[in-house]
Amino acid sequence: MKLNERSLAFYATCDAPVDNAGFLYKKGGRHAAYHRRWFVLRGNMLFYFEDPASREPVGVIILEGCTVELVEAAEEFAFAVRFAGARARTYVLAAESQAAMEGWVKALSRASFDYLRLVVRELEQQLAAMRAGDCPPPPRRPRTLPPKENGCAVWSAEPPAASPAPNPAPSSAPSSAGASAAGSRPGPAPPPLPPRRRASAPNGPLCAGSFARLHELYGQEVRALRSQWLRSRAQP
Amino acid sequence: MRYNEKELQALSRQPAELAAELGMRGPKKGSVLKRRLVKLVVNFLFYFRTDEAEPVGALLLERCRVTQEEPSGFSISFLEDPERKYHFACGSEAQCQEWMGALRRASYEFMRRSLIFYRNEIQKMTGKDPLEQFGISEEARFQLGGLKA
Repeated sequence: MKLNERSLAFYATCDAPVDNAGFLYKKGGRHAAYHRRWFVLRGNMLFYFEDPASREPVGVIILEGCTVELVEAAEEFAFAVRFAGARARTYVLAAESQAAMEGWVKALSRASFDYLRLVVRELEQQLAAMRAGDCPPPPRRPRTLPPKENGCAVWSAEPPAASPAPNPAPSSAPSSAGASAAGSRPGPAPPPLPPRRRASAPNGPLCAGSFARLHELYGQEVRALRSQWLRSRAQP
Repeated sequence: MRYNEKELQALSRQPAELAAELGMRGPKKGSVLKRRLVKLVVNFLFYFRTDEAEPVGALLLERCRVTQEEPSGFSISFLEDPERKYHFACGSEAQCQEWMGALRRASYEFMRRSLIFYRNEIQKMTGKDPLEQFGISEEARFQLGGLKA
């Protein structure tokens, strides 16, 4: 595939601030040695140079769609940039300190254009909602029944007295009263709802297609943190 | 320059922000207009032969300039060499405007500036940093100044 490599090289070396920079060891291949390279993260591109003074990168790792994980490796402070798909390459990198490694893992985890776009859209909506004025307060309900996430009431409107199921204790808890009345599945009260999303967000980050991506993004962070925690527990 | 071509190919198969069959002419002298399927995915513009699944090529859209070229066409050039232009011919003026707008907003750097703008506006209105909810308020990439290389 052709690529505008000259422009890529200029983007790598231009004057604008970078998102992270430093020396990392890069493993050449599965059984190859590590090479020390000068890495520069800009946007969703991770460039690597022979040294900080080089005018052209040796190469670039396009970070869109990757996950970043801590790895067990012979090298200390190692982490991996992994891509999905058959025959996809995993880049194993190693920093020179714990702090540097953590800084790189954080920076690379959030480097994708996709992630940035999600955050921008969220802020865009927040600003639009603020400028449109306050949201009207929710209508007062005659009974404090917890609504389902989609806005429909979980429980039926039948009063508890009409319920065939015995309800020994006069319960003031809406969920248990509701459960008997509606004859719905017995069980624990539903978990507390997440903060309400604005209804007027058809293209918001939580619309159908993007939720999977948002979930995946947060999942990356959780996996990385979990690995880190497991490693720190393993050390005496 | 080495790059992870497999991942770029995979990216070219992702859902596009915008995709259309356009006329395209490369920057080299004497190049001719060819029909290409042009597809905008994140900050890359992929172009395919109309009957092929793998792209002929890709343009990273950072530090680029999008200019109208009469009639109903536009060109993409890069800051380091503004005379070297990739030309595109659209079916209508409306399509041309749609593409130009989308391409100008397609760079990571543009997105970053938008984020900083919204962050500041919201902070001015509410006194609170909206990035705190994401746990990214300290990220270097979202500061006004950024990290020095």
